[in-house]
Amino acid sequence: MAYSVTTQTPASRIAAIAGVILISLLIALPFFAGRGTIQDMFFILTMLVLAQFWNLLAGYGGLVSIGQQAFVGTGAYALFGVVILWGVDPVPAIFCAGIAALVIAVPTAFFAFRLNGAYFAIGTWVIAEVVRLLVAQWKMLGGGTGTSLPRDATRDMWFIESIESTLGLRSAAARDVLAYWLALVLALATIGGIYWLLRTRRGLALAAVRDNTEAAKSVGVDAGRMKWIVFLTSAFGTGLAGGLIYMQKARISPDAAFSVTDWTAYVIFIVVIGGIGTIEGPIIGVLVFFALQTLLADFGSWYLMTLGVLAVVVMLVAPRGLWGLLSEQTGLHLFPIRRRLTGGKLASSEE
Amino acid sequence: MSILSLKSVSKSFGALTVTDDASFDVLQGQALGIIGPNGAGKSTLFNLITGNVRADGGSIHFEGRDVTRASAMERCLIGIGRSFQIPQPFEKLTVYENLLVAATHGRNLSEAIVRDDCADILERTELIRRANVPAGRLSLLERKRLELARAMATQPKLLLLDEIAGGLTEGECQALIRTIKDIHARGVTIIWIEHVLHALTSVVERLLVLDFGKVIGLGDPEEIMASREVQEIYLGIEV
Ligand SMILES: Nc1ncnc2c1ncn2[C@@H]1O[C@H](COP(=O)(O)OP(=O)(O)O)[C@@H](O)[C@H]1O
Ligand SMILES: [Mg+2]
Repeated sequence: MAYSVTTQTPASRIAAIAGVILISLLIALPFFAGRGTIQDMFFILTMLVLAQFWNLLAGYGGLVSIGQQAFVGTGAYALFGVVILWGVDPVPAIFCAGIAALVIAVPTAFFAFRLNGAYFAIGTWVIAEVVRLLVAQWKMLGGGTGTSLPRDATRDMWFIESIESTLGLRSAAARDVLAYWLALVLALATIGGIYWLLRTRRGLALAAVRDNTEAAKSVGVDAGRMKWIVFLTSAFGTGLAGGLIYMQKARISPDAAFSVTDWTAYVIFIVVIGGIGTIEGPIIGVLVFFALQTLLADFGSWYLMTLGVLAVVVMLVAPRGLWGLLSEQTGLHLFPIRRRLTGGKLASSEE
Repeated sequence: MSILSLKSVSKSFGALTVTDDASFDVLQGQALGIIGPNGAGKSTLFNLITGNVRADGGSIHFEGRDVTRASAMERCLIGIGRSFQIPQPFEKLTVYENLLVAATHGRNLSEAIVRDDCADILERTELIRRANVPAGRLSLLERKRLELARAMATQPKLLLLDEIAGGLTEGECQALIRTIKDIHARGVTIIWIEHVLHALTSVVERLLVLDFGKVIGLGDPEEIMASREVQEIYLGIEV
């Protein structure tokens, strides 16, 4: 009997069907949910995108960055820049946000790739601070105090009119719905794209580099190139998310857009709690994070301390996160990437 | 024709000279054994040939091409495969996926094309029943087999094996010898570092002796083993 390879599991087939239903529900959400829910979902989806990209970097690429705010902030400011200075519509400007983050990522990588481990992490943070300080000098975009998107730009955005008439919403609420749908598209494209990458031979190379760089090189893997691909992809996606987040906020300042707490610390929390090195982990993590934030938001610094303590406890008790714990117990994989060899001499007895 | 040629290659780690002016050629299709005491610099010599360590001086040519400054990845792609003395598996990938990485990247082919080759190698190295087990869960013995299997998956012209027979039972050792002879019979040039001398001499046609980073003997295995220098080094060690 011939050999064959499969990645599917019975659970993954059920998950795929459930996924399709869930996605349909999410697309239809603005037709039956209130504005508050839409805003919450926007927050969850954009944090999920940031978490997926940080997970790609750290969990698969072994690149522990604490400077992702550089790309959120750069993307956000690029969006404000092209809208305010060139009169570009905010929706296509999101694409410029991704490109701008990519442009910043190239020199960042040249610098940071010279550093290893903790020095790499600190290096990325230093670069983010430098970019923040530079942006704060940009007087046309409000300098250190920041600026807002012009009212006509937000009122006449692409798709706004049809959303207003279809859903019978006012301009501000229609903008939230548009932002939500864009966030949904971005989140689905991110998860789909990362899942696709992991199933190609590049994904194998990524895992090999993460597990043992020297051995990976010795079997022909271009480890340096893999790092570049992961770093630039993450920067681009993080920049897109940054642009989108601030398009929805319509107001920006350097301190907020380059916040290490909001765009890196929370994101790391989400990935660590949920389970690093899996696609499922950040999804679980963002839900836990949102629940905690909703429950504890009124407690100020207690909130941050709870997050910190929880992260430490999870790291000690379940280093692979909540999802790791669950999939270890049940063998469940919603996004299976493991190639299982079947048939041939494996057909009769298998371990 | 020589497939590999080292000229005055040297390497030091700090004050310690680990490879001292090493020059030798390996002919196409030959099987060369390397022996020498622990710490003689045998593994370092492999690292220099594969590009995992850079030479301080001298030159290394593979198939007439100067590869002295080529990266480990490039050397794999042009046909130099290796096993590591201390196994270096991709622990979170399965045994089969370990071979897939090597076959798809080392040969620049798609997963579908290399599937049967990988399965065949797993059969030949007796790892097929462990194909879907994460490499991190293998025993030391299985890890050593995986080292050999993964190196084979890159389809090398020159295969470097670093002490893969240690700790095997006699039966396992005979099976390993058959596997290596089979690889050799398919035209692959082999350099094998091994302390298990009877296994080594049953495969190799030439023997190189390394001591304190110097090549102190190279030639017919029987003559080398009978020489005074080797007898001195191996005095007390069973031959
Ligand atoms: N990366 C390294 N850095 C420093 N010293 C090393 C390194 N690799 C090997 N050595 C030293 O070089 C000497 C030769 O090591 P090795 O090539 O592994 O010898 P062998 O394989 O013959 O036992 C040893 O003394 C070892 O400690
Ligand atoms: Mg050694």
